[in-house]
Amino acid sequence: MDFFMVNPRHFKISDIALINDGCEQTNGVFEKLIYLIKKCVLHALSIGPIPIHVAFIMDGNRRYAKKNNLVEGSGYKAGFFSLISMLNLCYELGVRYVTIFAFSIDNFKRCPEETRFLMDLMKEKIESLIMDENNESINIANRFGMRVHFVGDLKLLDKPLRLAAKRIMEATVNNSRVVLSICVAYNSTLEILHSLEECCEEKCDEIRVLDESGSGYGLIKIRRDYLKEYDDSMCLINLEDVERNMYMAIAPCPNILIRTSGENRLSNFLLWQSTFCYLYSPFVLWPDFGFWHFVWAILNYQRSCFYLDKKRKQL
Amino acid sequence: MDLKYPARKLSRSVLTMGNVGLQLLWYFLHILLSIWHSILAIRCFIESCFITCGVLEKYKSLNIAKLRYLAIVIESEDAHQTSKVVKLLQWLDSIGVKNVCLYDMNGVLKKSKEAIFGKLKNAKPIEEVNEAVTLHVPEHMTLEFVSYADGKEAMVKAANFIFVENLKRQNFGGEIDGQVISEPLLNEALKVVGCKGPEPDLLLVYGPVRSHLGFPAWRIRYTEIVHMGSLNFLRYGSLIKAIYDFTKVHQNYGT
Repeated sequence: MDFFMVNPRHFKISDIALINDGCEQTNGVFEKLIYLIKKCVLHALSIGPIPIHVAFIMDGNRRYAKKNNLVEGSGYKAGFFSLISMLNLCYELGVRYVTIFAFSIDNFKRCPEETRFLMDLMKEKIESLIMDENNESINIANRFGMRVHFVGDLKLLDKPLRLAAKRIMEATVNNSRVVLSICVAYNSTLEILHSLEECCEEKCDEIRVLDESGSGYGLIKIRRDYLKEYDDSMCLINLEDVERNMYMAIAPCPNILIRTSGENRLSNFLLWQSTFCYLYSPFVLWPDFGFWHFVWAILNYQRSCFYLDKKRKQL
Repeated sequence: MDLKYPARKLSRSVLTMGNVGLQLLWYFLHILLSIWHSILAIRCFIESCFITCGVLEKYKSLNIAKLRYLAIVIESEDAHQTSKVVKLLQWLDSIGVKNVCLYDMNGVLKKSKEAIFGKLKNAKPIEEVNEAVTLHVPEHMTLEFVSYADGKEAMVKAANFIFVENLKRQNFGGEIDGQVISEPLLNEALKVVGCKGPEPDLLLVYGPVRSHLGFPAWRIRYTEIVHMGSLNFLRYGSLIKAIYDFTKVHQNYGT
């Protein structure tokens, strides 16, 4: 099926999930049987532990376009269908948080045309989640009870995309069934630096308040205690402060991080949060990542999660 | 005649059978997964034997120059097996990998430091090496021992160091300003608090699951993370294969 002919406005989300799996719509009975089998498999999966938070690095869109002799950029459009399919599956399985790595700060190094294309595509797809062309609200996000959150340095994005992001965040702020975190203009280095700066700023504010109160604490105490060489007991900022100021503080740490196309690195994504995260790297390209790949990923997670939970509790 | 009771009993039976069916399906899926993992394990074992015996030509020459710094994550319960850790390091030394960082979450390897250095002929701790370890190929091995405390906790210490230094610079007087923290500044602060090692190119995980278990986050931005299985099944051929596969990787770094 040529996905250019598929218009997501005319299909239910569950149909998009089926279409993305390459389900041939030649025989209605056969399609219904496959759908029933998939439903049974999803119900069976939910007998085991289900990850609360799934993160995706959607790698392989350009290779997909090249492999299928498609025009440049088509891979990303195909990748969007995979994303909707995965959101649907996560919703059905009961996953509460989904995080996707949509655009890294490193990706700004790509050629301007590709970057422009990606920004425009993101804006178009963001708006399609809450509106259609006739301005009637399909509100897919609200149908899922999905809160959308953009994570990263949004000041680096162009104004139309930034405004679209702000609109969808406002439109979905009251939803609580699923939280979708879209990492754009993001990397972990930036996130950690930002958090540490915020922590320092908070401490500065605390000290100013203490000094203004004239209580004798604040700068006076610090001057007395810390004019010597730095040592480990000088703890003004603690771990909770740093974690509270992370961009990803809105979600718990991911339980499984799926990077498609077989690459074995995290590429500066969720480094701080992935301490006890199961890292799964299937060889399939992102636009080809479908139902059975997701099921296999969750089965592998279920095999690993007891060990990771044990390690987490040891801390 | 009341037909509701038999109907309810029937629907309950159907539901129970349905639940049993789903549970059986779940076990079946996991059996399939276990069979798949067993097949993979057998394949890895056979491949490792072939590599060790020198049957597979392509693994005979490794371009080690690309692997400037190697990190190894070991499950803490297995890290007590010092002899296996030493064997692994000796293999790495023979291959030509001289700069190694050993990590386990609970710091077991740090406690076994002396025992490990005692068994290795030409290894030095990174604290004693003045120059940047990745810029040259030394005669000796350079070993770094890291635990969970060198990850997030070290980052907090670095943040405190930066904050206090900023206050000192502003001479503790007048209006204190916030601090713009850059990457180089944070790197310097991490060195001050004792985190000296560079970013590893490759991270091998010896444990039941592919997870970095808290290896310092700041250092694994573009690190290739490879799962090697348990330390109990340590194999030379698998090590060679992991390093060989790493040398064939091409990274775009986002471009």
